[in-house]
Amino acid sequence: MARPIGLITSLACTGAVCLVTFSCEREARRFPAPGQVGPRVEAVRLTSLSAGGSRPTGRERSPFQENAYGISEGKRLFSAFNCNGCHANGGGGIGPALMDAAWIYGHGPDQIFTSIVQGRPDGMPSFAERLTDEQVWQLVAYIQSLSAQTTRDAAAGRTDDLAPMPPDLRLERLSPRQTGHR
Amino acid sequence: MCLPLVDGANGSRGPNMTLLWIAAATLSAAVLSSAACSDRPGASSEAPSSSARSLNGALTWPEADAADDGPWVMAAKNYRSTRYSGLDEINLQNVSRLRVAWTFSTGVVAGHEAAPLVIGSTMYLVSPFPNLVFALDLSQPGAPMKWRYDPRPLSAAKGVACCDAVNRGAAYWNNLIIFNTLDNRTIALDAATGVPRWETPLGDISLGESMTMAPLVVKEKVLVGNSGGEFGVRGWLAGLDAATGRLLWRAYSTGPDSDVLIGPSFRPFYPSDRGKDLGVSTWPADAWKIGGGGAWGWLSYDPQLNLVYYGTANPGPWNPDQRPGDNKWTSGVFARNPDTGEAHWFYQWSPHDLFDHDGVNENILLELNASGTTRPVLVRPERNGYMYVLDRRTGEVLSATPFAHITSSHGVDLTTGRLIVNPQKTPVRGRVVRDICPSAPGAKDWQPASFSPRTGWLYVPHNNLCMDFESVDVSYIAGTPYVGANVVYRPGPGGHQGNLTAWDPVAARAVWSINERYPAWSGTVATAGDLVFYGTMEGWFKAVNARTGEIVWQFKTGSGIIGQPVSYRGPDGHQYIAVFSGVGGWPGAVVVNDLDTRDATAAAGWGLTMAPLQRETRRGGTLYVFTVEGS
Repeated sequence: MARPIGLITSLACTGAVCLVTFSCEREARRFPAPGQVGPRVEAVRLTSLSAGGSRPTGRERSPFQENAYGISEGKRLFSAFNCNGCHANGGGGIGPALMDAAWIYGHGPDQIFTSIVQGRPDGMPSFAERLTDEQVWQLVAYIQSLSAQTTRDAAAGRTDDLAPMPPDLRLERLSPRQTGHR
Repeated sequence: MCLPLVDGANGSRGPNMTLLWIAAATLSAAVLSSAACSDRPGASSEAPSSSARSLNGALTWPEADAADDGPWVMAAKNYRSTRYSGLDEINLQNVSRLRVAWTFSTGVVAGHEAAPLVIGSTMYLVSPFPNLVFALDLSQPGAPMKWRYDPRPLSAAKGVACCDAVNRGAAYWNNLIIFNTLDNRTIALDAATGVPRWETPLGDISLGESMTMAPLVVKEKVLVGNSGGEFGVRGWLAGLDAATGRLLWRAYSTGPDSDVLIGPSFRPFYPSDRGKDLGVSTWPADAWKIGGGGAWGWLSYDPQLNLVYYGTANPGPWNPDQRPGDNKWTSGVFARNPDTGEAHWFYQWSPHDLFDHDGVNENILLELNASGTTRPVLVRPERNGYMYVLDRRTGEVLSATPFAHITSSHGVDLTTGRLIVNPQKTPVRGRVVRDICPSAPGAKDWQPASFSPRTGWLYVPHNNLCMDFESVDVSYIAGTPYVGANVVYRPGPGGHQGNLTAWDPVAARAVWSINERYPAWSGTVATAGDLVFYGTMEGWFKAVNARTGEIVWQFKTGSGIIGQPVSYRGPDGHQYIAVFSGVGGWPGAVVVNDLDTRDATAAAGWGLTMAPLQRETRRGGTLYVFTVEGS
């Protein structure tokens, strides 16, 4: 008969796993300090064409890119702020799909950040002053998870809602030439 | 949904397999006990309701022979909305020789829903956003442009258009071409020169409002309505002075009687529509202010009764638990005096609508002749799946017969007028309710039917779809969608998504029906040549024998067809058929916006069934004009 695993033993195992696989970030819970959360996003470029020759672009990352709680919060905010009303569950509708490889205004985290905050000409509303920076970074992390741009193990495994597509952590990253069509 | 039951006696490979099959069969039977199979439109899974009944008499259109069939002066052809042309130069004998006379590209690639207008020797077209208006000279070879106009609507308006940035066409009055822009302006252009004569702003995209409908001009009043039931927009119909564009009246679809223009003239037929300020009291506090009910669909007019008839759209949000009450005056039909906007009667197709069943479809006005008496009626192929016949003097329901597969309701109670909803198909917060038929786009959405006085039948382009529906709580944030539902559409019984059905409104039954793989999202036109024309979402434009339903001619155009076909006599005296090719609209958004159909809820439910269309057609925007004898 198998012995039940004790509490201390399982905690020790988790700790060992963390040390070995460096996946503590996925489980981290940080309470926001007052003030700035996440990098300040400046001088975001929407094109790779640079007068005078190409220059390296800064790519500020979402602080929640590998954080399960942050991505999960992003998923909650995605419906709480009616993003799903235009973008469905990533497939698009009134707005473009967010799970494919076509990004009108760029797929980089800073570019997604500014698209949400500034809005975009063909119908994306501006959410400036409606979301905190932390909330926007959580949304960025979730949106990136839809196109598998985040680490897989931090994405959601199962939704409790009507399931219109594979679970988030099984979504595949498409190359620009691929589409979601069958 | 139709599924075969497993036969427990087949393929027995031993006691264990037999038991397994029997268990599977029993489970299937239990789960599917409420489903039924039928290929014929009009069959319901429940016992037929007494509201499904034939009429005594014959339906006629007295002025049909006197109509001037050369021009096409309004989207619905005439105030009765018959969409019928008395021209018969193109007929069953020569339709096999129907060929393209000329084409015109608008330069816009999105859903083209408009009906071309033909007045004199000029054709007038309105494109989807950016709502370009073109005047083509039909007297010259190849119909060159006389003028074109760009109203420069705000690009951001595309963000508040639920169902592709479409436009259903212009109206004509006294040398003016009058149309709506997506960003809520009604504009009148000089028909000869294209110079703007007046422009009236009527709404605000920051509140989620947009305009897509074709105006109707009645007695020097331009009647226009707004869209936005998916954005928490409060719906309205407005009357503008046709000469100056000045706003004369605005009748809201929700709110106090003074806003809805309900006064001493209001005599609704059913008791549930009588009472003070029902547009407030049938909502939770203040919910009517974001309650929907836009007038984005079709208007008809009876000059004798001096009443204009139009429907109101769905209440918002789709999640019905957030708005208990009958939600007046959404998902219904109004009869109003066009001079003042005052309401004369109202009937609610779907009180406390559960399924996004907008009530804005076409209202075909005909006369029911029986035993020497004539009863003016209104025939409506409604979104909720019933073909209604109402007395248009009073709003009394004479019959309501299913013309598509229905699981969501059991008929209409003719005593109270109320739709009898199926409680098993009522959306529930946080739970997925499956196999609700018809789906949210309904048994028929905006795509208009036509009527032929030669056969006495309606030619109805429509849908064959069911849905799974999960309500979720939603917050109102102005300018963003206010829906609160995850939905997925599936084909109805038979596996096809659309039909063109010839319907006998007197016998209350389908005469013939053509199955289409995709929803039949284009309009139809019926002609005296005993032909009916319609287009498919793959791009085929088809001519059908109006009496037998045989497809007698078809042509593959460059893109899917969701436009309204028209027929006119050209300056050369010959008959032409014109239709826009350019896929889009609500189901076509999958193609227009290149959506990712791995998400079945893409475009609010179309990701599953419309995915294959992306391989069958691409975006377009071309007018096709066909003829036999012309050039």
